[in-house]
Amino acid sequence: MNFVALKMLIGDRAKYLGILMGLTFASLLITQQLSIFVGLMGRTFGFLSDTAQADIWVMDPKVQFIDDVKPLQDTVLYRVRSVSGVEWAVPLYKGLIKARLGDGNFQTCNVVGLDDATLLGGPPEMIHGKLADLRRSDGVIVDDVGAADKLAKVGPDGKSVPLQIGDTLELNDRRAVVVGICKITRTFQSQPMLYTTYTRAVQFAPAERHLLSFIMVKSKPGENIQAVCKLITKVTGYAAYTSSQFKSVTVSYFMKYTGIPINFGISVLLGFIVGTAIAGQTFFNFTLDNLRYFGTLKAMGASNGTLLRMIVLQAALAGGIGYGLGVGAASAFGWATKHTELAFQLPWQLLVLSAGAVVLICVGSALVSMLKVVRLEPAIVFRS
Amino acid sequence: MIPRTNNSVAVKCHNLKKIYGEGQAAVQALRQVDLEVRTGELLMLVGPSGCGKTTLISIIAGILDQSEGDCLVFEQDFKSMRVQDKTRYRGQNIGFVFQAYNLIPALTAAENVAVPLLLHGAKRSQATERAREVLKQVGFDDRMMGSLPAELSGGQQQRVAIARAMVHNPKLIVCDEPTSALDHDNGQRIMELLRQVALQEGRALVVVTHDARIFGFADRIARMDDGRIEQVVRSPNELNGGKK
Repeated sequence: MNFVALKMLIGDRAKYLGILMGLTFASLLITQQLSIFVGLMGRTFGFLSDTAQADIWVMDPKVQFIDDVKPLQDTVLYRVRSVSGVEWAVPLYKGLIKARLGDGNFQTCNVVGLDDATLLGGPPEMIHGKLADLRRSDGVIVDDVGAADKLAKVGPDGKSVPLQIGDTLELNDRRAVVVGICKITRTFQSQPMLYTTYTRAVQFAPAERHLLSFIMVKSKPGENIQAVCKLITKVTGYAAYTSSQFKSVTVSYFMKYTGIPINFGISVLLGFIVGTAIAGQTFFNFTLDNLRYFGTLKAMGASNGTLLRMIVLQAALAGGIGYGLGVGAASAFGWATKHTELAFQLPWQLLVLSAGAVVLICVGSALVSMLKVVRLEPAIVFRS
Repeated sequence: MIPRTNNSVAVKCHNLKKIYGEGQAAVQALRQVDLEVRTGELLMLVGPSGCGKTTLISIIAGILDQSEGDCLVFEQDFKSMRVQDKTRYRGQNIGFVFQAYNLIPALTAAENVAVPLLLHGAKRSQATERAREVLKQVGFDDRMMGSLPAELSGGQQQRVAIARAMVHNPKLIVCDEPTSALDHDNGQRIMELLRQVALQEGRALVVVTHDARIFGFADRIARMDDGRIEQVVRSPNELNGGKK
């Protein structure tokens, strides 16, 4: 009877398309909004993803996320280095500094100061120049998006020209020379990223009592990283997180203190509700319209089990196609916007989640229809 | 009310009662109905609207339970059967022809006719082959077999419905107003078809109708009124005052 069920569903074109539209819309909205949400959340720890050399990050215990810098005493670095299980520990400066551009405008930049000796924590990919060029006088490395956009120069013809190697900036009244262009993971903040040495970064930074933002630590091979973290905290009194813990701390902050999850949650919920309303209602109407035929089949000897299997198959087909179309459209959207500012990340877990939502809609719709069919008296076939 | 024929008994109703609702809202649809239908016989149930014809045919077909009394169909008592056994028995032994045809709109004529066989687990190819054979018996050509119900006339649709009712060789075919949606000529043709084709192989036919123009096709006519069988006759002329 499978083919009868499928032909009944597909044969009613208007309702079939209505059901598909509802499911596609729900699947699209849920997948697309969650992908943007995941993309945005991923950006909050983009800097941590790029700085993969360190196992452990040491910071003030009050730090809530990666950009919430609460400077440490310089001496903490030496105390961390003294902890057993620590292979190496290097200082890292991270802060917002205003850069004066060639046209007189100011642009706030995210400045990262790397350990002068090792340059650990540098950008993951260099497009022009080398990381070692930071050792050149006044050298800074700029991320490609910032160089082409917010830090771009204005050419003689009035057009925007990307910042290039050899161009200069003023950071807090100090000269900085671009010695490289790098590619980085997009971060939640949209400021351009400038990499330089730690010594130079603290010179660029406005005067403060302490300027050491984080200490990046590598544990010795074979050491239990969690145990090393605990030991660092015990010895120094500062927080020590593994990279994944620090990512979680950062994401938790954004989840807890920003309206982002609520806003996206509302969109996802709306997609679910509207999808359920359209698909569920249309599917139920489809069943109601076909009640006479279900009654006829029942009279002719179809058991409740057979009819329920037909409804499940109809719901499964509509769900499968609607889900495929929705996820396909969401993926196409992600692909089309991959070179834009839009954050879009579609991990497999989201596909499963979206599938779960569509299954829920289909099961809900089918259950109502099933109830109707199970309660259906075959004698209705003789009522005109 | 016992037919004068030597054929075996297909349906035997005794003291049949059906009450809808309870208490003061109760409506007695059937009152002590006694009726026999024999194999090879076409029995028509006639009477005014609300007289209990549809209730009686529904009980005979096993799609409605009686309140009291017995109704044996080929000596099987639906009352004592479990729901699934009743469903199975109905699927194997009873064919249905409806007033509004009740053909599934998305299926072709051949596919519609194949449905009872598919319900019994037949393979699609075998079911379709058998459906085409039966459709040929009711005068369908290959082109019409592939047509959707909406592409067929009322008479053609009813012929598909008749083919569907007998494709699985049921012992009893129940028809509810099979000609009421058809014009006179088509109505006559459908009844000729029912007599010629459906009544073969020892089947019994019970036809509920208002249509006095087809009374002549019946072997016996049972006139109902107010839940009772008032009269059973062999010819329309014998009906009281010529009324239904």
